[in-house]
Amino acid sequence: MSDAVKTPLYFACVVLLIVGTGIVQGWNSALLILNMGLISAIMSLGVNLQWGFAGLFNIGIMGFVALGGLAAVLTAMPPVTEAWAAGGLRVLSGLAIGAATVIGAIFAYRHLAGRTRTGILLVLLIGGFFLFRAVFDAGVAAVEAVNPASTGYLGGLGLPVIIGWPLGGVIAAGAAWIIGKAALGLRSDYLAIATLGIAEIVINIMKNEDWLSRGVKNVIGLPRPVPLEVDLQADPGFVAQAADLGLDPVLASTLYVKLAYGALFAIVLVILLWLAQKALNSPWGRMMRAIRDNEVAAEAMGKDVTARHLQVFILGSAICGIAGAMMTTLDGQLTPTSYQPLRFTFLVWVMVIVGGSGNNFGAVLGGFVIWWLWVQVEPIGLALMNLITMGMADGSFLKQHLIEAAAHMRLLTMGTILLLVLRFSPRGLLPQR
Amino acid sequence: MDFLNALVALANFVIVPGLAYGAQLAIGALGVTLIYGILRFSNFAHGDTMAFGTMATILATWGMQSYGISFGPLPTALLALPFGIAATALMLLGTDRVVYRFYRAQKAKPVILVIVSMGVMFIMNGVVRFIIGVRDIRFADGERFIISARDFKEMTGLREGLAIKTTQAITVVVAFVVVAALFYFLNRTRTGKSMRAFSDNEDLALLSGINPEHVVRVTWLIVAALATVAGVLYGLDKSFKAFTYFQLLLPIFASAVVGGLGNPLGAIGGGFVIAFSEVTITYAWKKVAVYLLPEQLEPTGLVQLLSTDYKFAVSFAILVVVLLFKPTGLFKGQSL
Repeated sequence: MSDAVKTPLYFACVVLLIVGTGIVQGWNSALLILNMGLISAIMSLGVNLQWGFAGLFNIGIMGFVALGGLAAVLTAMPPVTEAWAAGGLRVLSGLAIGAATVIGAIFAYRHLAGRTRTGILLVLLIGGFFLFRAVFDAGVAAVEAVNPASTGYLGGLGLPVIIGWPLGGVIAAGAAWIIGKAALGLRSDYLAIATLGIAEIVINIMKNEDWLSRGVKNVIGLPRPVPLEVDLQADPGFVAQAADLGLDPVLASTLYVKLAYGALFAIVLVILLWLAQKALNSPWGRMMRAIRDNEVAAEAMGKDVTARHLQVFILGSAICGIAGAMMTTLDGQLTPTSYQPLRFTFLVWVMVIVGGSGNNFGAVLGGFVIWWLWVQVEPIGLALMNLITMGMADGSFLKQHLIEAAAHMRLLTMGTILLLVLRFSPRGLLPQR
Repeated sequence: MDFLNALVALANFVIVPGLAYGAQLAIGALGVTLIYGILRFSNFAHGDTMAFGTMATILATWGMQSYGISFGPLPTALLALPFGIAATALMLLGTDRVVYRFYRAQKAKPVILVIVSMGVMFIMNGVVRFIIGVRDIRFADGERFIISARDFKEMTGLREGLAIKTTQAITVVVAFVVVAALFYFLNRTRTGKSMRAFSDNEDLALLSGINPEHVVRVTWLIVAALATVAGVLYGLDKSFKAFTYFQLLLPIFASAVVGGLGNPLGAIGGGFVIAFSEVTITYAWKKVAVYLLPEQLEPTGLVQLLSTDYKFAVSFAILVVVLLFKPTGLFKGQSL
């Protein structure tokens, strides 16, 4: 089967899956899957850029996604003026001192030598650290003391949340630049371990720095880019329209909101997909693939492999950041404890590999298919377990255990799918051309 | 100034826990480094292998306890350890047969094997959750303390107490035995030497008639033992929870890389470097400082460099510094 037939055919299957879900489980669940599928597709597009184009092994996707979520909060939440007055400037100057210390230390490391360098570095780092803590800690305490039950953080800029999406990309790109500088150019395993670490640290920071993200108290009630359901239900025009379509106003409003989100996400996905296709077929894309397939040869042709890797690493991470901001917008809240590496890093990898690494449409397809499976495995697993245990006595230990354990079927299924695809169809559903 | 009390406080809160944690990391990192040396990939399923081994040991422990078997003052889990190791060994050999062998025969790139190990990680994680659930499980029994803080205070008359948990002592002793046995095996036995030869230069090893499949099998057996021991020791000392074991992957990898991937001595050194930096940087030094400094200088805060929640950040920072300045690790990596 040629690609021209395969691609539309597979996407038609995805449409069937979602429509089928709509008919069997209701349109609300179908649209929920569609919206998260769109976001997953964007994440998998970002990873495909890194892995499929350049062969970079990044397993810190969760961190970049979380940074995107943070960006959405920092853009959209109203600023807490009281907290800013109490210690905002102090926190910022503390951070500036910290940054200045690091930059100064790097400068000293580059431009000095011998014992003077060691001495100056030590003085700079130790002195800078204590100065940073002295300024920063007091500011943090002041900010977190401001009405901790409902705010206790600096808040955001109070801008429309959509501005947070590109900002999420920018913040993720900044983090990617730092980590790429340190770990690119070394063996591929080291980049993997370094990204795994940075992701954990990002989550740790979001859990513990209450002044920034309210930590485990979560930020809730993020402003939305689409109207609230209750407002729609109160709007007589909307209710009349819903009645014309023969829909209950409550159902109509939930569907309308989800469709609106879906339309916004689809626009972002189409733009990014178009850009990724352009990049793939440009001279730059060909150079990337040449580097991926043979670094030594590419270097011999005068390509700066490390710089190109850094470039594509930043771009891919930025896309994950955008997706993260979109996801937080959809959820309407930032809950740092909900970021799990198995869900946000490794699942995206399954999407890329199953969909077909190196093929943008494949990555998007993988995003939809795997997300659909991820959602559906649980009910299917439960049904399966009920079937298996049908003959067993009610209340028996094994029956109860098996039914409870059905919730963990997801990981098993995803692992099995990943291994099967890697073994029998390593190029994925839609192989790279 | 009260030097003795300061020393005891330091031992109680930094040295003893650091030693135990370091030993656990070291055994974990030894497993990672062995796989890297022989099979030449970073095994991301190692944390979950540890979880699997611990789970098998816990099940065996429960079985023994229900028959009334106990190990006197020591935890029953030590008796159950061989069963856990056997189960893990079977599981790893099975995984190798079904999954990894195919890619070895294909001479797949290391990064493909890493992705494959990710899939294995998913499955193992799922199996562990499936069988034992996600709850926090404590399975240490027997005496809790060799010496409790109160006994120590009564014995010595000092104001500070020094508590040594049985599990901490067991960890250090078992780690010592395991490491000694491993090094004896690698340096003195024929199979161990063939493993080192294989790790050093695969082609040369094949030429001299070493059977690669045998070397790989033995490696998995040793890794099963190491992973189970590390997991059980960690679980005895703290508690068992599937997700915590997955998170241990980061400090374990940091230990292996800091010491030099593929170098067993480095893995041990790296384990202790990471453990002690985590403990010292996240420890509130006020208690020690109070005894050492004159009263006017006594600190008001906790004198804690970083909050304990950032212990991952510490292992990570050390990892990055080592990668930047000495990418082969402190002890020179690459061969067994």
